[in-house]
Amino acid sequence: MSDAMDGLEALKVLSRARTDEIVVLSESCRQDWPPLSTRPELDIAITGSMGKASSFGLGVALGRPDVRVWVLDTDGALLMNLGSLVTIARAKPANLLHVVYDNDAYDTTGGQPTPGSRMADFRALARDAGYPASYRFDDVAALERELPSLLAGPRPALAVLKVASRGRRANMGMKRMYESFVQIKAYLATDNG
Amino acid sequence: MTARLQAATVLGELERRGVTHIVWLPDSETGFMYEAMTQSRIALVPVCREGESMPVAAGLIMGGKRPVVLIQSTGFFESGDSIRGLCLDLKLPLLLMLGYRGHVGPGQTPADSAARFLEPILKAWGIPYHLVDSDESCHYISEAYQQAVETSHPAAVLMGREYNE
Repeated sequence: MSDAMDGLEALKVLSRARTDEIVVLSESCRQDWPPLSTRPELDIAITGSMGKASSFGLGVALGRPDVRVWVLDTDGALLMNLGSLVTIARAKPANLLHVVYDNDAYDTTGGQPTPGSRMADFRALARDAGYPASYRFDDVAALERELPSLLAGPRPALAVLKVASRGRRANMGMKRMYESFVQIKAYLATDNG
Repeated sequence: MTARLQAATVLGELERRGVTHIVWLPDSETGFMYEAMTQSRIALVPVCREGESMPVAAGLIMGGKRPVVLIQSTGFFESGDSIRGLCLDLKLPLLLMLGYRGHVGPGQTPADSAARFLEPILKAWGIPYHLVDSDESCHYISEAYQQAVETSHPAAVLMGREYNE
């Protein structure tokens, strides 16, 4: 049995702290975040590009440095796009928080282990790629306790949430990517941020 | 005689179109532009792998900016699902500037398979393209950019500078 924390409880902590951030979702987060989101109109799930949520989030952060951007990434997706850690560190977006929902598995395909399962250390990878701040949370209480200082800390920052695999599950109401893209583009064009 | 492709001419076309960012990974065909790009008012966003360039550009576009992508054809091949899932599915008004590896000019046998496959693959994706291999053909950069904006669909220019060397 996994000793990792309940991913839904971890996401609830983030959701309670969220204000007006643009949230970019990858894979399992695309399933788990929507029912918890307080601002679904500012959420976008990046699908069909083999793990590119982190790169998309970087683009938004560079395009709108006055807007806070959260990427809710996953371990399987980030393994497909590992170079983005270096790209992000080099670009130094001062408004980007990169969260990795690390369940050691490909939940969207049935929970098979990733090549990095119980081995790849995303906190260390981010630190050595050049992120000025990186964190790892193994329990919800620690996440809740440390989140305020994390949110006030340097950027870009990466926070690994070690969560239990939940297996394959249904999409819980996330809009299609194009619809979210158009909606958030219009929102950003009208001032906001 | 055609004038050799100059970095200043290429960047001038992009500046005239109000391009804000060049998302790029250097290649043999466009590496000569690096110094000029660092001096340009257009922001340069280097990526580690070409497949990152499209999502970065997509995020910039959602944020109201006007990026272009500058990569080699080989990286374009590697980026297939970013092209499908982001450039095409998000209807991005995005100019893809692709170093035309192996391009040797009309009527000649390409130096390697990268040149043989590029144009058929662009046609398969439904991405219109123009060849830019001299200063005289640089106007296609502006035209392709405008085409991408007006159609909300990516367009490409194939940078064939090696042919002129």
